[in-house]
Parts: sequence; C-alpha cells; structure tokens
Amino acid sequence: MPIVEIKDLRVTFTGGGKPVPAVSGVDLEVERGETLAILGESGSGKSVTLRALMRLNPEGKSRMEGTVRVAGQDVAALGRRELRAFRGRTAAMIFQEPSLALDPVYTLGQQIAEAVMVHDGCSRNEAMARALALFERVRIPSPERRLQAYPHEMSGGMRQRAMIALALSCRPQLLLADEPTTALDATVQIQILVLVRELQREFGLAVIFVTHDIGVAVEVADRIAVMYAGRVVESGPMREVIRRPRHPYTIGLLRSRAHGALAKGARLETIPGAPPDLADLPPGCPFAPRCFLATATCATTAPGPEPVGAGHQARCLRVDATAALLPAVAEG
Amino acid sequence: MVMQLPLTRPAAPVFERSEGYWSSVFRRLRRDRVAVAALAVILAIVAVALLADYVAPADPYRGATLRRLRPIGTAGFPLGTDELGRDMLSRLIHGARWSLLMGVTPVLVAFVLGSAAGILAGFAGGRINTVIMRSVDVLYAFPSVLLAVALSGALGAGLGNALLSLTIVFVPPIVRVAEAVTTQVRGRDYVEAARASGAGAFTIVRVHVLGNVLGPIFVYATGLVSVSMILASGLSFLGLGVRPPEPEWGLMLNTLRTAIYVNPWVAALPGVMIFVTSIAFNLFSDGLRSAMDVKR
Amino acid sequence: MNGGSQAATDPGSGRGGPAQPLLTVRGLVRHFALPGKLLGRSKAAVHAVDGVDFDVLKGETLGIVGESGCGKSTTARLLMHLINPSAGELIFDGEKVGSRELPLREYRRQVQMVFQDSYASLNPRLTIEASIAFGPSVHGVPRRQAVERARDLLARVGLDPARFAGRYPHELSGGQRQRVNIARALALRPRLLILDEAVSALDKSVEAQVLNLLADLKQEFGLTYLFISHDLNVVRFVSDRVMVMYLGRVAEIGPSEALFSAALHPYTAALTRSMPSMDPDARTEAPPIAGDPPNPIDPPPGCRFHTRCAFVADACARRTPVLTPAPAAVLPSARPDHRAACLMLEPGSGHPRAPAAPAAAE
Repeated sequence: MPIVEIKDLRVTFTGGGKPVPAVSGVDLEVERGETLAILGESGSGKSVTLRALMRLNPEGKSRMEGTVRVAGQDVAALGRRELRAFRGRTAAMIFQEPSLALDPVYTLGQQIAEAVMVHDGCSRNEAMARALALFERVRIPSPERRLQAYPHEMSGGMRQRAMIALALSCRPQLLLADEPTTALDATVQIQILVLVRELQREFGLAVIFVTHDIGVAVEVADRIAVMYAGRVVESGPMREVIRRPRHPYTIGLLRSRAHGALAKGARLETIPGAPPDLADLPPGCPFAPRCFLATATCATTAPGPEPVGAGHQARCLRVDATAALLPAVAEG
Repeated sequence: MVMQLPLTRPAAPVFERSEGYWSSVFRRLRRDRVAVAALAVILAIVAVALLADYVAPADPYRGATLRRLRPIGTAGFPLGTDELGRDMLSRLIHGARWSLLMGVTPVLVAFVLGSAAGILAGFAGGRINTVIMRSVDVLYAFPSVLLAVALSGALGAGLGNALLSLTIVFVPPIVRVAEAVTTQVRGRDYVEAARASGAGAFTIVRVHVLGNVLGPIFVYATGLVSVSMILASGLSFLGLGVRPPEPEWGLMLNTLRTAIYVNPWVAALPGVMIFVTSIAFNLFSDGLRSAMDVKR
Repeated sequence: MNGGSQAATDPGSGRGGPAQPLLTVRGLVRHFALPGKLLGRSKAAVHAVDGVDFDVLKGETLGIVGESGCGKSTTARLLMHLINPSAGELIFDGEKVGSRELPLREYRRQVQMVFQDSYASLNPRLTIEASIAFGPSVHGVPRRQAVERARDLLARVGLDPARFAGRYPHELSGGQRQRVNIARALALRPRLLILDEAVSALDKSVEAQVLNLLADLKQEFGLTYLFISHDLNVVRFVSDRVMVMYLGRVAEIGPSEALFSAALHPYTAALTRSMPSMDPDARTEAPPIAGDPPNPIDPPPGCRFHTRCAFVADACARRTPVLTPAPAAVLPSARPDHRAACLMLEPGSGHPRAPAAPAAAE
C-alpha cells in the first residue's frame, strides 16, 4: 500500500474577496522508500499540496476537500492530539527558510532533544545521544560543539542540515521538503541534495520534494509530478518525464532552459505569456492560452489524465501530437 | 498616383488609466463600515462646530442662578444646565470648536514640522540623523502629559501657549515615525535606481520619498488627534489652557466636577464628548491605515 | 590620450575606439566596518570586495558568477557608484569616472542597472510610464518627450503602451515588471547595462522570455552587458566572457566556453560540477566540495579558497595568488585572456603542482 494517497485534493483560499482555487483536483501516490519531486512554478499549487499533507494550510482561511491518507491515516480526520503525534512521527517537514523550523532562543541540541523526549518519552541523556548521532549522520563537522550552538551562529548550509536532523529526530516515515535548497549556494545545494538521497536510502524514507528547478528534481527524484495552475499536468518515472515528456508545458519547460550545449547567440525557445490568475481560470485546459498545440477544444474541455507509458500520465488532449515530437527513441 | 481622399486616420491609441492610489484607498475606505461611521461622527462634529452659532438653541455664556444644574430632559434644556445655569447643549456645541481647535491644530503643525525633520533625518542619515534624532530623544524622555503640563506652566496659561506646548509634545513622536519610514524607503531599490539615473537628493525626495512616506505619517498623526484633545482638555482642566467662561470640554469637565454628586449625568457629558470624538479619530485612523495597505 | 592614433570608425564605439575597454576597473576595494563595541572602534570589517581588477570590453556580455558573500552584488553597486569604494578607480571609455571630463552624473547616464527584485525597484505610487520617464526628465528631457520615450520603450520591451503605461507596479506580473525595469534602465540611452540577478527571481518559463528580450535589445541598441547571476547555466548561455568571484576577489576570468569547459581554478571547476545534472543517468554522486563559503568578515589568508580546496598545499595559506594565464606547458590550449588566481599556475609559487620557475626569475 502506498504511504501517501491523495485523491481529488482541492484547496481553496478564501481569505480575500474572490476564492482562489490553489489546488484543484490533485491525485498523487507515493510508495514507501520512494522520492517524488513536485515540479512547478510559483502559484502552481506545489507547496499548498505539500502543506495539505500535514494540514499546515491556515485553517480559517482555506478549505480542504478530497482525501489525503498518509500511512493509512486520514489526515483530514485527525484530532488535535493525533495531529501533533502525526506531525513529526509519521511525517516531518523541512523548509526553504530554516528559521521557520528552528527556534532562535534554544540551542540546536535542546531543540532536537526536546522533540525526541516529547515523542518517545525517553530520558534527556538518551535524547542528547540521539541528537548527537543525528548531527553526525547529517555530516555536521564537530557535532558536539554544534549541538551547543544557536541557529544564528551557523551558516546557511549547516542550519539546513540541522533542520534535517530535527526533522528526522522522531524517525518519520515521510519527509516533506519544501524547496529546501533554493536559498542555498550552488556548492552547498548539491551537498544537501546528495545528503537527502543518502538519508532516504538509509532510513527507507518516502520523500516528497517540492522544487521549481528541473535540475534539482533530476538529482533527487524517482518520480516527477509537474504541476500547473493547481493541477498535476504530467507525472511519471523521472527518466521518462525528462527524456520523453508528453505534456506541452513540460516540453516547454525543458526546451526553454538555458544550458551549456546551446550555441552562443541562439534564441531560447519560450513558453509565451504568463501563468494564469488562479481566481479567474479559463474553462478548459488552464495551459491552453500559452500552448503551442492548443486547439479550439482545448479552450473548452478540461483534459483528464491520459496514460502515455508505464506509470506515466499527461493531462492533455493532444498527447498524440506530443508523441510525434519525441525524439526517435525506440519504445521501452 | 491617385489623389487620396483623406482617409480615416488610425484612431489614436486609447491609453488605459489605472485607478490612482488615492482613489483606491478611498474605495477601500468606503467599504470599511467602522471607518465610515467614525468619519461620519467626525464630520458631524466639525459641521456642528462650524455652524455653532446657528445650531445652538441658546447663548452658551448666559446663565441664571435660578436654573442651575437642571437634569437632562428638562423642558427647554434638553441636556440640562451647568453649575451657572447655562444651557449644556449650547455649551457642548460651542465647545466642539475649541476642542477641535485644540485637538487638530497642534497635530497639524507638528505633522508639518515633524515630517520635515524626520524625512531629513531619515534621508540624509549619518551625522544629520544623529543630531536630529538625539535632540528629539531628549524631549521624548518626558511623559507627554508631564511635558505638556510643564511647558504650559513654564510658558504661562493661555490658549496660544497651550497650543504651542502641545505642538512641542507631538513633534518628537512624529519625527520618529517619519524617520523610521523614510529610512525604510531610502533603502528600496527604486530609490537606488533613481540615484543611479543621476537624480539629485531633492528630486528623489520629492518624487520617490514623499509619496511613500507622507501617507503612513499622516495616519499616525490622525491617531494623535485624540491624544491632543485629551491633553488639551487636561490642560484646561488644570487651568493652563482655555479660560472660563469659554465652553471648552475639558474646562467644562473641570468646573462641573463640583456638581458630580448633585447631577452626575450632566457632569459627565463633556467627558462623553471627548471620549466619542477621540474614539472616532482613532477608529478612522485605523481604517485609513488598513485602506492604505497596497497589496503586492 | 587613449586611442589617439586610432580613429574611431564606428560612431557607436564611442570616444576611445573599439579596442578601448568600455569600463576598466582597477584595484576596487570596499570594506564595510562592523559596528564596534560600546565605546571605541572595532577593527572588524566585512571584506566585501578586496582588490578587484577587470575590463568590460565594448559590445560584450561579461558574466560575473559566485556564491553569496563573493562580492558580486557589491561590485555592481560600486560600479554604479551607489556605494563609494574604499579604494580603486573606474575608467569609462578612457576617462576617469568622477573627473572633470566625466562627472558622476554624466557617467550614470551611460551606465544603468536592473535589480533583482522587480517589485522593490519600482515606486509603487508612480505609474509605469512615470517611472520610466523619471530618468530622462532628470536629465532635462522635456516632460512630453520623456513620456513619448517611455511609451516607445514599453513597446520595445514587449508591453503594449496603451494597456500598460497608466498602470501601477502591483497590477503587473513579475515578468512584466522586470520588462518595465529594463525599459526604465534603457530610458537614459545607456551604453553599459548592469544586470544584477535580473532574471533570478523569475519563473523559468518567463526567464527565457526575458533573456531573449535582453539579447534583442543588446543588438538593437548596441549595448554592453555586465550580467551578474548565481545561475551558471544562464551565465554560460548569455556571456562572451565570465568572471568568477570568491570572497571578494577574482578567482578566474576568461572566455565563457574556455572557462566552463577547461576551468583553471579549482573553485570554478567545483562550482561547475555543483550545478544539478540534467542527465537522469549521470547524477552527481559526491559533492564536488564540502562546507559552506567562509564568512567575508574574517577571510582566510593567502588564497581565499584554500580552506575548501582539494589541491591545498602549505604555500596556499601564505602566498596570495595573482591572476595568471595557464603556462603553455600545463595546458597547450591556454589563451592569454584566460587567467586564474591559483598558485598551481604560478611558476615558482611553492605549490608542488606549480610549474618550475623560469631561470631568469629571482
């Protein structure tokens, strides 16, 4: 049984005047020990989807519909106490900004030990020993000393490692990562990506990694889900999605990347226009106004998921046309 | 070539104009019921103050010993009479003039002076900032009530001196707010970009700083009006502001305090007016603040 | 005088002739003093930019890359004179910036900048049109003409003036705002445009549009770009030459292709290999370097990179390397305009991998 099952998830923000459907009908599954990357631009609903898994979207200002099951538990039905136990022990989250997770007035050792003691009910000494082991595991140099440090005394990369250690302190089964490397320098980012991959293998974690960077997704993911305007427009095994993309948006993203192989002075292929206003979406496919393959039907009919390969789906009415765009690679 | 008839010229492009900032503030303000109600109260008080000579049913200065301290609802004196038998309603109406004068003038003058000094300090930075802000801190060290009383006492009783001392009390907080907002705006990229385009300090302040700082400072100042009214009433109460027989609310409160056991409701009326007016200014100030928040 | 013997044939190439660098930077230093303890000055300072020399050639795109704290954004602000340098000089097309021949105001007309945060760099109270027209009116262009120019530029950056001129910044998307910022920078008809992470905050699908626009504008207005970014892929794509900075100093500078395909400095090599792979079958297995970039408050002595370098030797902590081209003995394809600050390239530097010192030296 998959550890994460999302069926027809809808999250609507109702804070301001017009309700904004940030996520409209997302279906996702993540197996144990698997890493799923959710790839999307700002406003695609990727972070909102991730937060829905831990019920972190503001309760008063947003409405959540559909089913979200994590490790057999219905997240929407959890009571207050169950939710607290669920957060941390079943699923843990790491953020782009470690300051969201780390308390500035306690040392890192105190914070991790506290979390371990609350969740496992063990003694302070045992908890500190666990914290030390975790610091060693996330490769923080001189871990004994760093356990006594406050978050502001550490560099960005070290803080990020400390946050990962905190997230892993209660041995969760699912790690949710919300762009944890976006604010980091390139040389530090790759260290964290490699670390996440190692930890995932070692602890048998399921990981959902939200990112806007295709390169990051390629580095960490087993499967990729591409989101656009609150929907998963394409999902499949990472290699398939990158090598044989079938949704015009994914194709556009891959083509518009500036990369080393491009000739100097060449023009980048672009996706015209800008992401749509979520409060005012067109009736059909939300990508149709920017799509180079769009037909009149696309503007009126919302596409459902079309199977385009083993475990590979694209929400597009023109998957036949995108198949023709594939480089001549033999099937399989 | 064939002679061409004057063709219909291509229509000049119609330039769309977005709703300006202030009209959008006004639109949002109009939707805020509390702020609209507060503004209505303020406007009503202003109107009554302006038209006092016409609205007031009686002469606020003429009393009669025979009809002293009549209760509220007495025929001919809807709000009763004071300790000298003067019509309370008329005195409260005329008192609105004094109270608004005492509440608004010091804040207005302090707004002009304080903004100028604060924006200068914030934009110039460095030594100028230090000199201005540290001098302001000296005044800031005293509690405002104490400072107003001390200044008024030192300058001598009287309307002019009361206004002056209130102004001095309000300059420091406005300077602080102005300096803080300006320092913030000065660091924005659009000010950097303006400097990069070779604009002088004066032009940058005029085009890029004023428009972005005056709003917040103004909101803060409207909130001070109520403080000013209360302080002014306090000064009058102590005999340092307006003098009898003028019907200033604070002064009325003072003279009526002897009657508090005889006719408490009448004695409380000036206080009620002070309370309502200052609450109205505060609520309006809050509404304005949220209406001026531009979303990103 | 510079270029005196060499008549400028192309009027667009300016006073000094095409061979004269558009901008020459010499010995640029900027330290930021840290607030001291109570009473008494502190000696600690952030060595944001610590002795940087380079040229920007006419018509080229020079990319600057580096990680946080490397000084690339401080360099941009120093070039724009938004902050004053602690030392060093700028020579713009043969004339010293700030001299009588080239007063600051005139220099600023010719050099403009686009910032990273598209929202913060537009005045929220001004219409788009007013923001763009501001620069020209400062320089004495009559109001009417300035507005004309603003509308014309809006059309050039792909925004219909009839729809956008009267709008306010918050009504635009990030990509549209960045187009406005580009138009604003071009309104003074500059020759050099400094793009400080100008596309970094944009969504990838929009970033490509803006990069294409920048390429078009460069051609159309004969511009020179200084393109600062942390994204190596983008820098490699847009730049003719690239400069790599590390902790306030230049680590390597050279033609884009040479620098990325055959890096001379170990840091450049590590940085290049740190970019996420786009090949599902060639993921990065081990991080190229460990640790975070050190704090620029107290930079390490000698070569600033030696604390993280895989080739570190004793000499690295003692001797400060200077920019040198690769000796032909080490790299046969070496080019004189491709230089790096590494002791492994300096003959007789004391590093075991350094080429032997020529007999003449010392």
